Amino acid sequence: MSELFSKKNKEAFLNPLGSNNPVTVQVLGICSALAVTAQLEPAIVMGISVTVIVAMANVIISLLRKTIPNRIRIIVQLVVVASLVTIVSEILKAFAYDVSVQLSVYIGLIITNCILMGRLEAFAMQNGPWESLLDGIGNGLGYAKILIIVAFFRELLGSGSLFGYQIIPNCAYEAGYVNNGLMLLAPMALVIVGCIIWWQRAHNKDLQEK
Amino acid sequence: MKALRNYIDKVKPNFMPGGKYEKLRSTFGGFETFLFTPNTTNQPGGVHVRDAVDLKRNIIVVVLALIPALLFGMYNTGYQHYHMTGETATFWETFGYGFLTVLPLLIVTYVVGLGIEFSVAQMRGEEINEGFLATGMLIPLIVPADVPLWMVAVATAFSVIFAKEVFGGTGMNIWNPALIARAFLFFAYPSKMSGDSVWYGAGEAVDGFTGATALSLAGSGNYETYSFNDAFLGFIPGSIGETSALAILIGAVLLLCTGVASWKTMCSVFVGGAVTAFLFNQFGPDIECLNPETGKMEINAVGAMAHLPWMQHLVIGGFCFGAVFMATDPVTSCRTETGKYIFGLLIGAMAIIIRVLNPGYPEGMMLAILLMNTFAPLIDHFIVGRNIAMRKNRVKANK
Repeated sequence: MSELFSKKNKEAFLNPLGSNNPVTVQVLGICSALAVTAQLEPAIVMGISVTVIVAMANVIISLLRKTIPNRIRIIVQLVVVASLVTIVSEILKAFAYDVSVQLSVYIGLIITNCILMGRLEAFAMQNGPWESLLDGIGNGLGYAKILIIVAFFRELLGSGSLFGYQIIPNCAYEAGYVNNGLMLLAPMALVIVGCIIWWQRAHNKDLQEK
Repeated sequence: MKALRNYIDKVKPNFMPGGKYEKLRSTFGGFETFLFTPNTTNQPGGVHVRDAVDLKRNIIVVVLALIPALLFGMYNTGYQHYHMTGETATFWETFGYGFLTVLPLLIVTYVVGLGIEFSVAQMRGEEINEGFLATGMLIPLIVPADVPLWMVAVATAFSVIFAKEVFGGTGMNIWNPALIARAFLFFAYPSKMSGDSVWYGAGEAVDGFTGATALSLAGSGNYETYSFNDAFLGFIPGSIGETSALAILIGAVLLLCTGVASWKTMCSVFVGGAVTAFLFNQFGPDIECLNPETGKMEINAVGAMAHLPWMQHLVIGGFCFGAVFMATDPVTSCRTETGKYIFGLLIGAMAIIIRVLNPGYPEGMMLAILLMNTFAPLIDHFIVGRNIAMRKNRVKANK
């Protein structure tokens, strides 16, 4: 049991949530972080989908890692990811149709999310299935965390609501408050991601460049 | 004056290293150098470039050059207000109304902007830069008169933090901070920045009064509503400081005589704009085209803008203001002399192209300048590279 949660395994799970976050430190997966974060709900669904897909792909590739010929490994990885993405996409269409319409092509584009191929190449090809599972869940949650923070601010300031429920009271609008339309456009998502990186670097000495 | 100097000398030790208020040193320094010329000199020995015109003097010249546009903007704000309500008013009533509308805008931008500049300088332990004095004056001049004050505060804070301090403060910014503030307002609160109702102070309009700006009218083919003279003198609705080409040109003369702005940039913006507008006049699409749904000839916006006479293009909207005060900003424009021509020509051309071909953005000047700000370092890079190549070839030929 102690081996299952050794220090190394804990790091594989916890580092992506903090000091080695895939979005704010490795700057991967930015495209979808800008595209789906105008509201909280699609951002959360996207975060969960990516977590599930990275975790499962990591396990599958890790199980196959000794039999995959080195020269065609990218193709094998792509096939695995593509099948998983298709499954998730079909499940969403069946059980959460509205959200899947909102996310439109971005579920399909999880295939091109750099976090996936990065984890498969850098981690799953060298490590066993259990470590790979932890690493996949950790990276997926690290990605989801940033998406949720960005979506929280964008929906609150851009639409005045959270999960579609109005948060800013009507009296504020009557007093002259106007929702910030720029928050709904992609540039502002980039600025918020920038602010998170700023905050993280200010609080983490290891990340600061000399 | 003497009493003030004595007082400053008395409290100064408190702010020096080791003093009681050591942390507030840069704020103190800012106020001291604002009031008096610094008495510190360079150490003897070594070479120092000395010039009486430092950043502070440069910025003050820009602020002075903005005064005509500001005063006229105040008068015009009142003039448009009384014109809309149909009341008659004396000169001083008109000016007073505009003064009371514009002054809060000025105060809000300065308080917010300088507040952030001071606290950032404090945190970094640097001296306070004067750059914001000009920016704070520019922001109120490029917004509509009745934009809510809190929006101006948010936009100013955004532009000072994200367009300036993030890049390292005055002199390090890629984009013009005043234009970033306007772009922020334009995209964040479009209902307050464009349309027919925003260009006047509050109040009920008289019947049959249309409140569109000259640019949006031109888009529907009405060139004649505001004559060239009105637009040149500035008695048209629009952003506070942008309407009067005359007041702006007075400022331009001051900037050019003192050498603060580059005549190369300024002139080439006008040339680029005039040539592009002239070409559109000659070869642009037709004003009227067949609407396939109704089967009638209708005015289309692109054609109408294309056939706005080129002289008109230069005096309406923010073209003049942008060319004189924004494009010539020494920090964000090209630094090489040849680059200034290219930079200016492209701004003028882009501004007219955006105006004509994209009716969604009636004011192309802001976007054109921001776009070219982005490309200015690239232009410089190629010009420096070409110069190096030329000199290398010359050395080779002389061998």
